[in-house]
Amino acid sequence: MEFVDALVNILNSTIRLSVPLLLACLAGLYSERAGIFDIGLEGKMLVGAIARASAAAVSGSAWIGLAAAILVAVFFGLVHGFASITHRGNQIVSGVAINFIAAGSTIILGQAWFNQGGRTPSLPPEARFGAITLPFADTLRDVPIIGHLYSGLLSGHSLLAYIAFLAVPFTWWALFRTRFGLRLRAVGENPAAVDTAGISVAWLRYRAVICTGVLTGIAGSYMALSQNAGFVKDMTAGRGYIALAALIFAKWKPVPAMFACLLFGFLDALSIRLQGTPLPVIGKVPVQFMQALPYILTVILLAGFIGKAIPPRAGGVPYVKER
Amino acid sequence: MSTPYAKLPRWVDYGLIPLVNLVVAFVVAGLVVLLVGENPFRAAEILVQGAFGSGQGIAYTLYYATNFIFTGLAVAVAFHCGLFNIGGEGQAYIAGLGVALVCLALDQVTPWWITFPLATLAAAAVGALWALIPAYLQAKRGSHIVITTIMFNFIAASAMVYLLVDVLKPRGSMAPQTRQFAEGAQLPKLGWLLNDLGLTVRPSAPLNIAFLLALAMAVAVWALIWRTRLGYEIRTYGFSPKAARYAGISETRVIIITMLISGALAGMMALNPIMGDQHNVALDFVSGAGFVGIAVALMGRSHPAGIVPAAILFGMLYQGGAALAFEMPAISRDMIVIIQGLVILFAGALEHLFRPTIQTIFATLAPKTVGLPAGERA
Repeated sequence: MEFVDALVNILNSTIRLSVPLLLACLAGLYSERAGIFDIGLEGKMLVGAIARASAAAVSGSAWIGLAAAILVAVFFGLVHGFASITHRGNQIVSGVAINFIAAGSTIILGQAWFNQGGRTPSLPPEARFGAITLPFADTLRDVPIIGHLYSGLLSGHSLLAYIAFLAVPFTWWALFRTRFGLRLRAVGENPAAVDTAGISVAWLRYRAVICTGVLTGIAGSYMALSQNAGFVKDMTAGRGYIALAALIFAKWKPVPAMFACLLFGFLDALSIRLQGTPLPVIGKVPVQFMQALPYILTVILLAGFIGKAIPPRAGGVPYVKER
Repeated sequence: MSTPYAKLPRWVDYGLIPLVNLVVAFVVAGLVVLLVGENPFRAAEILVQGAFGSGQGIAYTLYYATNFIFTGLAVAVAFHCGLFNIGGEGQAYIAGLGVALVCLALDQVTPWWITFPLATLAAAAVGALWALIPAYLQAKRGSHIVITTIMFNFIAASAMVYLLVDVLKPRGSMAPQTRQFAEGAQLPKLGWLLNDLGLTVRPSAPLNIAFLLALAMAVAVWALIWRTRLGYEIRTYGFSPKAARYAGISETRVIIITMLISGALAGMMALNPIMGDQHNVALDFVSGAGFVGIAVALMGRSHPAGIVPAAILFGMLYQGGAALAFEMPAISRDMIVIIQGLVILFAGALEHLFRPTIQTIFATLAPKTVGLPAGERA
């Protein structure tokens, strides 16, 4: 029983840690499938986080906070779009720029607005999305194993966590079963063909970038007020890049993206849990190794040793009509 | 990359447009200062005063600039080959290991003028090695170098934390850093140079001979890119990989050699803080210099003659930023990160933002300068 408890415990924190990864990863999916590389997921999560925390602190409403987060993240997404779609700038450079602007401005503004060393005030539960208890979770709690899994693992997360996991089938449906999705994927593979069909490449790509903004905004929200009680400077701590790694790991597909994020979330949860405790066979594993594992795995994948990750063909290339 | 834009006179291309972009970046940064509730002009004054107002300030400005010259050159060399080396941060960080090993082994044995060249070689070698794997994967396996170098930044950070906390830390010490180096691994300061110019610099100012090494590297990079066969191959590949392949230039060789040079330059950055100032290897000693290199290279248009002034400008921001944080508590040093981002945005991603307007102005005012007979499309 103790083992099951420990397992449920670690899986539970896996879910919590993978939610922001998953949202950011799906965000990147829309953009990159449309041919716009986005290194700036990290920055957009960060601005989303501070917008959510500040707006919720001022208004006291979780929903206004969420709306602010989405708005700000979409704005940063549009800046990326303006640079890389309208002005055909280098998408990587633009993403890097957005990350820096976000990292600096969240600290400066957080400090200027709340004077608490770059953090926002801790918020009461009313201004946050509380945990949602699934039906019968309490009654089923004592049923062995199934009850444990249901009430300990699946129930009791924030609304945004459920949104994140529902976004997976939704993204799959939107991308592979709708006209919009077909065109979105086409514009990432062969924009000239889309253009010939009389569909605006720029507008499609802008819509993709807006989707990215919305999802990164939610991801930032989750980090600010579901994992924590407010915004802390640099709170994303490289998660945007892990999400990017997960996206490559999943070969730009929504369902594998979920499993990649769960895997990286699990590694994270494990490294927190195992701090200092020796493993049975391997002995003591340095925490740093566990933290670096997602990156190492991604490099190995990129090297082509675990299947081949082929990015959308027109990714990173600005579209020029009639050259 | 072919530009879908008409030609402009060289001085506009390399002078006016970058200047306009830079000015816009600073105007937007000024708006952020305004948003925080401070006066942007006063802030700029404190910044410049803090960086250039005293001999001490200048020494610090140049010390920071040294870091950025190395990392800026590293990014620029890769740019010429059409590669985006975003991993300067990790390459410099891990190169600290090479410097540490040489210094820890030799500091009590040899004088600095023997330790320094050996440490330089070690830093360059380790930095290059860290760039080798992404380069190889790009050349042979086609994995995107931006992604792999980002991943290598994180791997380097984890590795260095592990090494400093668990391996290199002296017994009985709490701080995660190596022991203090003896005199044999401390670089001579250059403060006397400024003293001779009539400025007062305290001996504590960290400007050291790594600055001269950085300038020498700037000249070397210029010579490499524009005066050697290899440089020609690098530029050819960067301009058009297809043309390079057609001309019989080995793709693998160009990519790998370019990245080795880039990594070595980034690695040399480690010398400046480690041997020149701190005299130990501490956690996070690079503190973002690798990323500043991106802004510096973009601003300097990947030419050493542009990179050195751009590096000094960022040195000014770093040193002046410290003064600014002291005078205006609402503005911390993180303001520089915003400016850095804005410079990257306007000088890099949005470099063509004002081009059509400037083109139109030139085409209307003086059609000949644009290389068009009057009346044609501008």
